[in-house]
Order: sequence, then C-alpha cells, then structure tokens
Amino acid sequence: MTLKDIALRNIRRRKAKAGFVLAGLLIAVSTAVALLGLIEAMNRDIQQKLEEYGANILILPRTENLSLTYGGLSLGPVSFEMQEIRQADLVRVRAIKNAANVAAMGPTVLGAIEVEDRKVLLAGVDFQATKILKPWWKIGGKVPSDFDVLLGSEAARILALETGAHFKVNGSELQVSGILAPTGSQDDQLVFARLDTAQSLLHKEGRISMVEVAALCNACPIEDMVRQISGALPDTKVMAIQQVVQSRMETLDYFRKFSYGVTAVLLLVGSLVVLVTMMGSVRERTSEIGIFRAMGFRRSHVIRIVLLEAGIISAMAGILGYLIGFGSTKLALPFFTGSTGMGVIFDPVLAAGAFAAAVIMGLASSVYPALLAARIDPSDALRAL
Amino acid sequence: MSYIQVENLIKQYGTGNAAVMAVGGMSFRIQMGEFVAVMGESGSGKSTLLSMMGGLNTPTSGHYSVDGLKVYQLGQDKRADFRREFLGFIFQSFHLVPYLTILENVMVPLVTVKTNGRTKRSMAEDALSRVGLDGKAHRLPSQVSGGEQERVAIARAIVNEPPILLADEPSGNLDSKTTREVMDLLRSLNQDGTTIDMLTHSPECAGYARRLLRISDGLLVEDVPLNGNPENSCNIAMQHL
Repeated sequence: MTLKDIALRNIRRRKAKAGFVLAGLLIAVSTAVALLGLIEAMNRDIQQKLEEYGANILILPRTENLSLTYGGLSLGPVSFEMQEIRQADLVRVRAIKNAANVAAMGPTVLGAIEVEDRKVLLAGVDFQATKILKPWWKIGGKVPSDFDVLLGSEAARILALETGAHFKVNGSELQVSGILAPTGSQDDQLVFARLDTAQSLLHKEGRISMVEVAALCNACPIEDMVRQISGALPDTKVMAIQQVVQSRMETLDYFRKFSYGVTAVLLLVGSLVVLVTMMGSVRERTSEIGIFRAMGFRRSHVIRIVLLEAGIISAMAGILGYLIGFGSTKLALPFFTGSTGMGVIFDPVLAAGAFAAAVIMGLASSVYPALLAARIDPSDALRAL
Repeated sequence: MSYIQVENLIKQYGTGNAAVMAVGGMSFRIQMGEFVAVMGESGSGKSTLLSMMGGLNTPTSGHYSVDGLKVYQLGQDKRADFRREFLGFIFQSFHLVPYLTILENVMVPLVTVKTNGRTKRSMAEDALSRVGLDGKAHRLPSQVSGGEQERVAIARAIVNEPPILLADEPSGNLDSKTTREVMDLLRSLNQDGTTIDMLTHSPECAGYARRLLRISDGLLVEDVPLNGNPENSCNIAMQHL
C-alpha cells in the first residue's frame, strides 16, 4: 500500500471525474497532434507542389556584358555573344552534396535568328526538364523533335506562322510542331527548339547560355544549394530566385504559426478543464483528506496523491492523444490536401512532445488543487463528517 | 511528569460579539496506561477537546504536551509525524476510505512509514486478527456490518501500535451487543498498556474506563475515578450525569 495505490484506487473509484480529466486532456492533445501532424503533412505537400512552381536557381556565365530580362526575372549578364557555360561541366551539379534535392535542371542556349526578315530569339531547351521547370506551359500541337520548333504565342502572331508551317534558318528547314499558349512572360516572344537543334543552328555545340534549376532542400537553406553549385561550377554565377524562396518560406511559416496558435489555445482550454475538475475532485474528498491527515500524512503526502492521480491520467491522455491525433491526421489529410498520396509518418519528436505536453499540462493544472488539498484543515474536514 | 498534560487549554471560534468559547480553559493530566472517559452533553466541547488532543486543532491558548513533547510548538509536518507515532484515532462514523479494502484501510497509517510492503501487510493482518476480522480483509467497508466497520477502524488505529488511542463515541452507531464487544476490545488494548481517551455519551461505555472527566460548557466540572468494573462504574458514571 503506497501513495500510488491510493491514487490508482481513487481514479478507479471516481471514473467519471477521471474520465472528464482524461477527456479534457485527450481532446487538447489529440487535436494538437492532429493539427501539427496535418500542418506538417500539408507543409510537405505544399513543398512538393511548390517544386512545380518552377526554377528557383539560375546558373549564369560569369560576365560583365549587358543584362537581359527574361520571364520577369533578372538573368544578370546574359548576352547573345557572351561567354558561355560548357555543357559537359553540368554533370558536376549532379555530384554536389545535396544533389538529391535537385528536382530538375534545364540547360538553355540562347541566340538570335532571322525568320522572315525579322530578328527573333531562339531558345534551345530540354523539353523533359521544362515540364518540371515550367509546368504552366500549354502546348497547342506537339513537343518539338529534331528540326521542329515551338513558337511563343506572340512570336507565332508576329511571324504569322501556324502549326505545321515551315521556315528556314541558316539554311535549315524547320517545322512548327506547336504553339505555346500565352504565358504572360517573355516566353511568348521566343522560338523554342530542342537544345541540340538550337546549338547546331546557333553553332554553339556543347555550350549553353544559362541553366534553370528547380531545387528544394528541407533540411538546408536554399543558400546552401547555391553555395554547393557555385563550388561545382566556379566559372559561373549562381543566383537564387529569392522571391520564390521567400514566398515559399512565408507560406510555410504562416501555417506553422497558425498551428502553434490553435494548439496553444487548445492546451489552455484543456488545462482549465483539468484545473476545474481536479478542484471539484479535491472538494469532494475533503473528509478523506482529513482522515489521511489524522493518520499522520504530511501536506506533501496529500500533494503527491493529487499529483500522482493527475500524472497517471495525463500520461494516459498523452499516449491515447497521440494515437488518436495520428489517426485523425490520416483521416483528415485527404480533405485538406486533396490527395491521399502524402503519407502521414510517425514522428517520434511529436509523439514525445505530445506525451510531455499532456503530463506537464496535467501536473501544472493540478498544482493549485493539490495545494488546496494540502491546506485543508483536518479538524474542519473531520467535523464535516 | 504526567504522560499527557493539558494546561489551561482554550479554544475560541470567531471574534468579538460572534465569539464562541468551545473550550474555556481546561487543565488535566493523564498518566501512561490510563483509560479515561470524557462525558458531557452535546456542544459541551468534547469533540473540540479531542481534536486539540489529536494535534488537529490549534488551541487559542494554553499548553498541550505528550511525553514532554509540546505538540503545538511543532510545525505542520512534525505534528503530522506526532500523530503517526503517538496517536490512533477511532471515529464515531468509522471514517473508513470507501474505495479501499478493509486490509488497505488498516494499512493507511503505514503508508508514510518507511517499511517494506510485506512487513506493512503483516502488521495490518495482525491488527485485523486482534479485532477478529482476519477473514474479511479483502472486502470493501460497504460489504461488512457497522460493528465490523468499527473493528476495522480500531484495527487501523492500533496497526502501528501507538501509545495513545483517541476514541470519539466508538459505540455511537452500534447496537448494545456490538458495543459490548467493541468496549471489551478497548479494555483489552488498555490492559496491554495503551492509553485511551474516549469521548462518550453512554454511561455503559464510560463504565469500562478507570477515570471519568465530565465537562460542561467548555469546562471540566468533574474528575472521578472509576474501578473499571463496567457494572459498578456505569452506576457511578450515571450518578455524575
């Protein structure tokens, strides 16, 4: 027979009260776990979707030539006759420490061509990589192969060319395989061809003008990726497109702050439920506490009984709360992300945090009722019997 | 020096015009091994006196010492230790913890004692055996009769073998047969050396004691020796009511 046995017996005897404390903590902890788990899963989902927003790192030649604006982004010192990057060097990017975080790498060669007496910019691209780098592209027609080209909507209008039309560039016959739907960017004014085709037409075999990279690194800042790529390609200038990164981080931060706020409110409400219930429980047990005190229990013994009860119930709420929250996240995730693909993974830190939060919350909320119990005057308590 | 010394003990509740004098200056001494009955009408201050003797109710003034220990000069924790080491309480309404078994109820005073569980269990079984309840250790208080509950309360009071038993109307809720059994048990404990201070309304019960203190309006009005023979003493007690 120990203080713990008394606490356990009392929990068993006052099942409704214990159940109420458990429910208060359980709702707070499970909702907090579900919310944090959901936010974490949503964050992962958003990060995955953000990758589809396109390139966030540019690799440019190190040059002092005039700048050119492309797609609303400053491309820095890019010019038609500038120093260029050797295509063979790009394999080094695949060897950097965070190479696995490179979702797509799109080398681009740029050069001016003349079509129907009009100067136009030809961009040689890797159409496979472009699918990831520019997922918003809608092609009316086919993706170019060999000596086919894809026209930006403005280019097609100004050059008066339609899908299937033919034209000559530097003596080579090219066919329009498709026209790009308006993008609102400078892409509308370009002519796109396969990288090797463009390199051949521009006489720039093995050379490229710039590289667009879609990279995401959860565990490291984007600046780390930039540093690693710079190290791999020392003769280039590597730039992070800060706007994309910043907005991505702000979005994640917004969700995180929201979840923390809601969690804090829930934990506060749970604590109040515990406080009120434990106060009621102590008041109901005035006579019993009087008996214990008459039998030689010190105030500290009474405090320990109350806190043991709270601790036992809180520990149960911590374990059950995590399990219920985990299950709720799994059930709710499809409604929030629209996909079931994002798996909810067991997070030991969240599990330990839920357990610790439940126990700390239960104990902290029971300190005042425990002190109240310890202050009960045994003579008053026994007289009341 | 007497074992228990009560010197001009006063307990006043409230202040000013609303002040009520529950115990108005009581002095007496009890020797080790005495069996003292305290009698008085309702509201005479008996229960207040007992709670002060139990270290539960700080007097407004006066001195109370047990075995030379000035009880109300002790801090809260030390006073709790005093209760555990010196006193066994027997309450009128038994005051058993309803969700603990009979054995566990008897073990309550041992919870805070630093002894291993097996020893505590053995002490509780011995106490139950002394009051004749060995076969009902695992029942809940609600599953035994009133007389048996009183025996459990006595077993709980004696389990750590305290030198003093404070009993508040131990037969108050019992029939005459069970009352006799309980009083025989108390007398037996007294014969084994336990000092007993018992509050009672009943001259029959007081007849088991060797000394009768009669109080009225918070004052000690008579201190009468009894011979411990229930029948003779009962008559004496009745004469003093």
